[in-house]
Amino acid sequence: MDSHPALVVNDLTKVYGKDKAVAVNKVSFTVDRGELFGLIGPDGAGKTSIFRMLTTLLLPDGGSASVDGHDIVKDYRLIRNTAGYMPGKFSLYTDLTVEENLNFFATVFNTTIEENYHLIKDIYIQLERFKDRRAGKLSGGMKQKLALCCALIHKPTVLFLDEPTTGVDPVSRKEFWEMLKRLKDQNITILVSTPYMDEATLCDRIALIQQGSLLSIDTPENIVKSYPDTLYAIRASKISSLLKVLSTNEAVASAYAFGEYVHVTFKHEGPHEKDILAFLHEQGLEDIEIKPTEPTIEDCFIKLLKK
Amino acid sequence: MKVIKFLLEKEFRQIFRNRSILMLIMVMPIIQLILLPLAANYEVKNINLSVVDHDHSPYSQKLISKITASGYFKLTGYDQSYKDAFHLIESDDADLILEIPNGFERNLIREDEQKLLVAVNAINGVKANLGGAYLANIIRNYNTDIRFELLPSEKFNQVPMIDITSSNWFNPFLNYRVYMVPGILAILVTMIGGFLTALNIVKEKEAGTIEQINVTPIKKHHFILGKLIPFWILGNIVFIIGLLVSWLIYGIVPVGSLTLLFGFIAIYLLAVLGLGLLISTFCDTQQQAMFIMFFFMMIFILMGGLFTSIDSMPDWAKTVTRFNPVSYLISVMRMVILKGSSLHDVLPHLGVVALFAIGLNSWAILNYKKAN
Repeated sequence: MDSHPALVVNDLTKVYGKDKAVAVNKVSFTVDRGELFGLIGPDGAGKTSIFRMLTTLLLPDGGSASVDGHDIVKDYRLIRNTAGYMPGKFSLYTDLTVEENLNFFATVFNTTIEENYHLIKDIYIQLERFKDRRAGKLSGGMKQKLALCCALIHKPTVLFLDEPTTGVDPVSRKEFWEMLKRLKDQNITILVSTPYMDEATLCDRIALIQQGSLLSIDTPENIVKSYPDTLYAIRASKISSLLKVLSTNEAVASAYAFGEYVHVTFKHEGPHEKDILAFLHEQGLEDIEIKPTEPTIEDCFIKLLKK
Repeated sequence: MKVIKFLLEKEFRQIFRNRSILMLIMVMPIIQLILLPLAANYEVKNINLSVVDHDHSPYSQKLISKITASGYFKLTGYDQSYKDAFHLIESDDADLILEIPNGFERNLIREDEQKLLVAVNAINGVKANLGGAYLANIIRNYNTDIRFELLPSEKFNQVPMIDITSSNWFNPFLNYRVYMVPGILAILVTMIGGFLTALNIVKEKEAGTIEQINVTPIKKHHFILGKLIPFWILGNIVFIIGLLVSWLIYGIVPVGSLTLLFGFIAIYLLAVLGLGLLISTFCDTQQQAMFIMFFFMMIFILMGGLFTSIDSMPDWAKTVTRFNPVSYLISVMRMVILKGSSLHDVLPHLGVVALFAIGLNSWAILNYKKAN
């Protein structure tokens, strides 16, 4: 096994258009072999641009990066032999069948389905009964599975998955992530991006990205652990007026809706739970419930954005 | 080699699966070759003529019956005054007015001279021009007939006269179809080759499949060859179908060598495919590609010498046609099919088309970058 990490990204920068809109701003991170690394961020954060640069589809405007020790500009040919890329938008041949697509991409990489069948077996088994169906006629989840198969069929050392679960139903999403876990066991390095915060905890390490810049890189556990404040979850009968009322209270540092609760942090060592309860009653709110809660990745992300 | 074989396999699979395109490739040449030459005809018939006869003499009757007997004219009005006849022109019921003055016969015999008025509705230029010319021709014949009748033969012979007889080479009966069919076939081959290549590559861009290909080890020239070869073959198939149709329906058998014809088409198709390829590198959507291709096709067709002769164009237009590959194909098709020209005769054309092929394809390949 080579000593160098699977992915080294150094001050990578991409600027678009005449108005020099910075899509990716000096991004640096390293991904070890066999690691499942997540790029977490909202739409337009620059995730796809990073993917396209690393897969040699786009030239960077600054910085450098290497995939498997190969420079993305100089050795792009070598990367194209070893990387697997699954773009966010389904981009296989819709007028070819499932089997034909898979066969095509296998042959393109000078291999056969049989040779690497063990890699895709778990996924392909679910597709097998549709193997004569045209790819365009598959459901969203099935399309994703086929795209993953096609990206895997040449046994890539690094797999790039750009928002693989966007637009896929929750059950298929769960299945998809289970598949990724299994691929890790094959010692395939995976770089995955997603706008879904709940998927972040499934990665080994994550990088939070916003407007082209990385905010934080760590394991999901450490990111959650590093959350500095005590977080409270408050619920009342009318959640909209609850938010309004909380924002008038001077002791409140932040308050935002989170499911059926409002997540609240306080300035300094904050008031006692009873005081808040009394305050909310005073403002005419009913059925109030208040409890300290464990922060999630989403809370950390919101906290980082506020900085 | 293995990669190209596989790309071709994929390409043909997709083409054969797209039934509407396949039908278009096979049926379009047949229908167009049957319809267009029959409909597009320069010979003008059914010219509506209105006659204003102020003379009502046997001579004027004779002239009118000679005109109507020619088969080109339809007598739609027989009016008392020029004004009435002009109403017919205004209502589009007449294309021509022939006014015969009072005393036509008398003056013609006594004074050896008479004038006729022909008024032409020039809104439809071709019809007006040809109609006027036909009418003038008939009147001239009529004039000769009268001279025969009136002049004593020895006196007539004293007038020197040049009699012209012409013979039409390579298309003896001036059959318009013989002239049109090779030209239309040239346009068809161009359209199929150019449009299909441009649209096909842009479709891969639209679907994002080109990116998926770009992250694989497939090389630039492999991908391009994988695109060009199928459409080159399809272009040849269209050409073969076209030749069969013109043989079966119009009885046109190339006088010259078929090998030469196919050899020229082979190189010509490379040029057209190169154009399609080049356009595809500039476009992101099929809509853009379609419109740009259409822009070129309109110019190629209208300035290709199919409908209007290049020789009668102004100088600047002649210069433009020199950059029009279709004009070379149309002229070579006519040369080889109708005239039986040899390789030596079409060598200049072949050279220019080969330059087009090299130029367009190199430009396209330079423009088609795998990474940007």
